[in-house]
Amino acid sequence: MSLASAALTHRMPRWLVRHETILAIILIVALIGLGALNDKFLTVDNLLNQGRLMTEIGLIALPMTFVIVTGGIDLSVGAIVGLSAIMLGYSWKNFGFPLPLAIVFALVVGGVAGFVNGLVITRVKVPPLIMTIATLALYRGLAEGISQARSVRGYPEWFYVLGQGSIFGVPTQLLILILLIVVAGVALDRTTFGRALYAIGANETAARFSALNVDRTKLIVYTLSGLASGLAAIVLVSRVTTTRMDMGMGYELDVIAAVVLGGTSIFGGSGTIWGTVIGLVMIQLLKNGLALTGVKGDATIVVIGLALILSVLIASSLQGRRE
Amino acid sequence: MTAVAAVTHAPARGSLLRRFATQEALLALAIIALAVVVGLINPRFLAARNLSDILLGNAYIAVAAIGMSMVIISGNIDISVGALIGVLATLSGSLAVAGAPVLVTWLAPLALGIVVMAAQGAVVAYLRIPAIVVTLGMLSILKGGLISVTGGKWITDLPASFHLADLSIFGIPMPVVIMATATVLAALWMWYSPRGRAIYATGGNAEAARLCGVDPQRTIVMVFALHGFFAGLATLVYATQLRVIQSTTPAGLELTIITASVVGGVSILGGVGTVIGSTLAAILIAEITSALVFVNVSPYWTDAVRGALILATVIVDIMRRRRRAERG
Repeated sequence: MSLASAALTHRMPRWLVRHETILAIILIVALIGLGALNDKFLTVDNLLNQGRLMTEIGLIALPMTFVIVTGGIDLSVGAIVGLSAIMLGYSWKNFGFPLPLAIVFALVVGGVAGFVNGLVITRVKVPPLIMTIATLALYRGLAEGISQARSVRGYPEWFYVLGQGSIFGVPTQLLILILLIVVAGVALDRTTFGRALYAIGANETAARFSALNVDRTKLIVYTLSGLASGLAAIVLVSRVTTTRMDMGMGYELDVIAAVVLGGTSIFGGSGTIWGTVIGLVMIQLLKNGLALTGVKGDATIVVIGLALILSVLIASSLQGRRE
Repeated sequence: MTAVAAVTHAPARGSLLRRFATQEALLALAIIALAVVVGLINPRFLAARNLSDILLGNAYIAVAAIGMSMVIISGNIDISVGALIGVLATLSGSLAVAGAPVLVTWLAPLALGIVVMAAQGAVVAYLRIPAIVVTLGMLSILKGGLISVTGGKWITDLPASFHLADLSIFGIPMPVVIMATATVLAALWMWYSPRGRAIYATGGNAEAARLCGVDPQRTIVMVFALHGFFAGLATLVYATQLRVIQSTTPAGLELTIITASVVGGVSILGGVGTVIGSTLAAILIAEITSALVFVNVSPYWTDAVRGALILATVIVDIMRRRRRAERG
């Protein structure tokens, strides 16, 4: 059905008013607009490079979609990135771990950090918002304390393939992200695990009475969030060739903005990986487009903050009209 | 936790003294005990100069924690306050350098603080957007906006009359006077005035509050407006001590303020807590930070200690409430 005929009948088809579709249309318009403004924007090189830059946020945004679909939130992801990055460098330099082992160790640290979040949230019933604010301070503090503000550099050359190399011209980490997007998308949409997330987010009590193991599911989701943050830390270290204690600072804002902009309800119960991916791409291209047109980095943070608030406002008003 | 339990656990009128005997007394004891222990290890910790530095340097955190406590007691959260204090400090300093009357430079941050926070409160209350989303967005708007506008330039050559914090009343430095007065007045107001009680009612159970004739939405806007006022007051205490005002505030300032509120006994589930507790907690956290230096622990561990402290308090708070609910 064409747009014109839809307007004529005054009845928009359902798929057209979906949040993701509207976003995709805005995205295409923005792409064309930014491309017209700046001839460096719509080039393969630039777009691939933006894909490289958005991978760290993207990796975390996938499990964050799961977390928010269950009605939770994880504000500690940026701090976990910092802690995992520090543990990667610290275990390699100070424990004398071979680098592959240090990489696994950094992943484990991320996973454990997420597991601790999930454990306290499900066992002690601390609200996720408060728990992850507390661990945001704790994990960042551990990164600062362990590293004593010292950075680690001088990794072997092969390690940089992950963050700086390309396979068939496509950035290595972007391939990993695409693979994980497919896995996460299928998991959320086509598996009992994914459907359980929606059930928990829509009505947790009902989910419990439906014999879903709510606590175990949540525990898995927060652990995944930590693991993804650990993976993002490794990619980030490989891309920028150093570990610093302030790595990942403020990531929670970008990640949550991408997920919420992508149409996942902050109240839980609805959202898609496909939407998150569009939200992610939009934010990255917005940053890039603004930067290319001469807007400074600090001003783009303002735009992301505005986009976050406006997207929730629009989503909730659309939802209100549907009801 | 049932609605009834939440409401009955909100302290009743006249029980100020009884409540004071719990979390607040514990904090006061901890402050003294820590001073004694660290004093024994390193007597220089107890030097009058150091103790007054701790109080003067952190009074603004206690003042900001008053407003934060109100926000959390009403069942909300605000993580934009650190960025807001940065904006207000720059506003106040810029006005002072531009030659504005000193009263204007002091009142402007209070006014802008109220406006920004009331606007956020209105979005939370009437458009029903969760406070975490609104304030997370506002955090980046304020932080990014400030640096874009100032270009990271420092404000120097502040006129001498600007430094409110350098004044003292009966020999007591102004920051301490402001901290103590604000805490006591806010505590009394929250305890004995109907509007103050409405904050507890809204946080305990908004629906029950509505049935008792409290307008939860107006209460939330009022709470955020007051929070803005205290953020402005905190800015005055903070900025007028500085000789140079930068475009950045101490990293994680909002977390320090939230920690003070939560450790002070403000329950993160809403409905419970006092600002006397949050002020004592702010002092305790500042004391711990200073103590770490005096017992030769690297200051880089400060944030980890603060994180562990908030985590422990939150877990204890939840377990205590649950046990009480089971007993009740």
